[in-house]
Amino acid sequence: MPLNVTGKRGSLKVYLGYAAGVGKTFQMLADAHAAAQRVADVVIAYFEPHARPDTIAQAQSLEAIPHRKIEYRGKLFDEMDTDAVLQRNPNIALVDELAHTNIPGSERAKRWEDVQVLLDAGIEVWTTVNVQHIESLNDQIWQITGIQVRETVPDWVIRQAGEIVAVDVTPDALLNRLKRGAIYKPEMVKKALTGFFKGSNLGALRELALRQAAHEVDLRQTAYDESGAYQLPRISEARQGGVVDNQPKEHILIHITAEPSTAMLIRRGRRVADYLQGHCTALFVHRTPQLAELSTDEREAVEKHLRFARSLQIDTRVISAPDIPKAVVEYARQSKVTQIFVAQSKTGFRDRLRGGNFAESIVRLAQNLQVTVVADRTHKPVA
Amino acid sequence: MRISELPRPSPERLLKQVQAEESKRWGARLKIFLGYAPGVGKSYRMLDEARRRRERGEDLVVGALQGQQSEEVQAIVRNLEVIPPLGTPSGEAVDVESVLRRAPQVCVIDPLAAKNPEHSRNAYRWQDVQELLRNGISVLTSVNLLHVEEYKDKVQAITGKDTAETIPKSFLLAADEIVIVDVPPDLCLWRQGEKLTSTGISNQQERKLSELRELALLLTAEVVDAQLETYVHAHGIEPVFGTHERFLICMTPHSNALPMIESGKRNKERFQGDLYAVYVCEPGQSRKDGAKIRRYLEAAEEAGATTEVLESDEPTSAIVDFARQKRITQIFISHSRHDGWRDRLFGDPVLRLMRAAEGIDVRVFPH
Repeated sequence: MPLNVTGKRGSLKVYLGYAAGVGKTFQMLADAHAAAQRVADVVIAYFEPHARPDTIAQAQSLEAIPHRKIEYRGKLFDEMDTDAVLQRNPNIALVDELAHTNIPGSERAKRWEDVQVLLDAGIEVWTTVNVQHIESLNDQIWQITGIQVRETVPDWVIRQAGEIVAVDVTPDALLNRLKRGAIYKPEMVKKALTGFFKGSNLGALRELALRQAAHEVDLRQTAYDESGAYQLPRISEARQGGVVDNQPKEHILIHITAEPSTAMLIRRGRRVADYLQGHCTALFVHRTPQLAELSTDEREAVEKHLRFARSLQIDTRVISAPDIPKAVVEYARQSKVTQIFVAQSKTGFRDRLRGGNFAESIVRLAQNLQVTVVADRTHKPVA
Repeated sequence: MRISELPRPSPERLLKQVQAEESKRWGARLKIFLGYAPGVGKSYRMLDEARRRRERGEDLVVGALQGQQSEEVQAIVRNLEVIPPLGTPSGEAVDVESVLRRAPQVCVIDPLAAKNPEHSRNAYRWQDVQELLRNGISVLTSVNLLHVEEYKDKVQAITGKDTAETIPKSFLLAADEIVIVDVPPDLCLWRQGEKLTSTGISNQQERKLSELRELALLLTAEVVDAQLETYVHAHGIEPVFGTHERFLICMTPHSNALPMIESGKRNKERFQGDLYAVYVCEPGQSRKDGAKIRRYLEAAEEAGATTEVLESDEPTSAIVDFARQKRITQIFISHSRHDGWRDRLFGDPVLRLMRAAEGIDVRVFPH
């Protein structure tokens, strides 16, 4: 394996779109041609074999690293051959579909992890992703489209990018492409028209992508202003000095439970902390030191949530205390938390008589702190 | 200042309706390519689409072209039918009469923002475009952020460039389609003839372009949001929640609104979102608290909030109804000074709102 002689990490460029067929890959390849003319050594490290004909034409004059074939359940699957790309050691590697989940038996679970390996080796990577794959938007996407996206990329991976390019096309043009069969095979078109391509979905996803791109552009300006030269903006650290707009730095505390709604709480907390350029901590409180009050399932759920929080670069804390709401509020006071994030829990009249639900207890106890009760976005409100 | 049954249509929507009705009979559509600066490749994107439309059999002509053209653009234009503009000593104008006589399906006008020479048919080129649309001719056109009237000053503050040729923002909001042509600033500078640097912002010029780029992306998002609203209205479907953060501050006579207003302002800026503030009056309260209401409403408006006074003896449901109507994503409410018997009878108003605000975040502020 070649050594990263300069010791400098490769830079990342992300082509951000809002649906299949907007032209992310096409745009990336067109830019790669221009780069190749400027004597950059560009290779295609991974390219969807089912690509659109005009996209395939764009790819033809560029050097492509052969895919790795991996057998899974008797079928052959194409994956990026990360080792071969490292061997070839180009200036720029093009890697399509950042959010892709590798087939079992691959070295790494996610393609974005393979991309980290290339970046670590000092290779510049250009890649494509749709806005619905950004982890912290997962619940909003569900709320808007009714679709739960399983393949996600943590926000910090996108944040590493030195450059984001918004690839825009109007929904009308996209629907034309779809109906002409330029995006999916005919049997897939009908399915697409009832999914992401349905009704107002495309417009909503497009708006999200444009706003996300604007936000990413804004973060990079701040990072530039702070350093006087370009630096990678880091989540929560784009503004240094602990003071934003003469306000104390935001510190968001996310309360972890075994409840499935915790995942949504983590995503929302991450997103808000990110936008407010604050700090984020996830806290789990258990009553007994050995976690004896939890069933195996609950314990696994809590561990999963803590791992998920860490994967989004959120600090995690586990403490033991007899009274959970009281412990959360005390921790918040001691750690100078500015907002406590709790999930809205539905409870009946009877629970209220027995002392109310958890969110309400926190709100009652934390009278001098801000508490954000995060809504369950998977339920559409009844109009 | 009561909340009405149905949201009033915005001027943009009315304008759009008028334009849509005018051109619907003919199926004429306006598509705008927006760029944040010269060199992003708007003309190329637009003419490339023109080429593809021509190849698919659409009857397309070119009515106006930029003075300076890249080789790629020239290569495309050679294969298109061009209706030469009318030249006068003081400038060029689209030959509207010839285009109307030729009556193609689609006409390319590059760029959109231009002042026509004196004694032309219309004072501005965007009026020429409207005339073509009214006559059933679809238009593909391009515009730079600098030439959008409402952005002119902002762009000038960043780049020092000024222009006399602008189009109103409402023209963009009323377009059938808008597309942003986005490239990283370094590539944009390279196309303008600068040396290409590394990825990311590396000098002052790129920093400035990056600001323009952010403005253009947000402007496009705003247009897309307006289109979504129109779509939702036209199809009578549920409003779309959560594409864009919208904060609602609830002010009552017994709460301290100022910290909420300050935080609302910061959230609006950081999230590039919308801010609303409502003052909830229960019958009988309004007179006593008049001065306070005015002070809070003024402070909220200064912070950039759209304000409204809600009068209801059911404050919780009035707030939630308002929030749904405005597609609010987060409600700000503050603990109130306890006025004992009410809370004992009806429950803490904060808790009541938390229970009622399904699908919306509730942020509770200390008193």
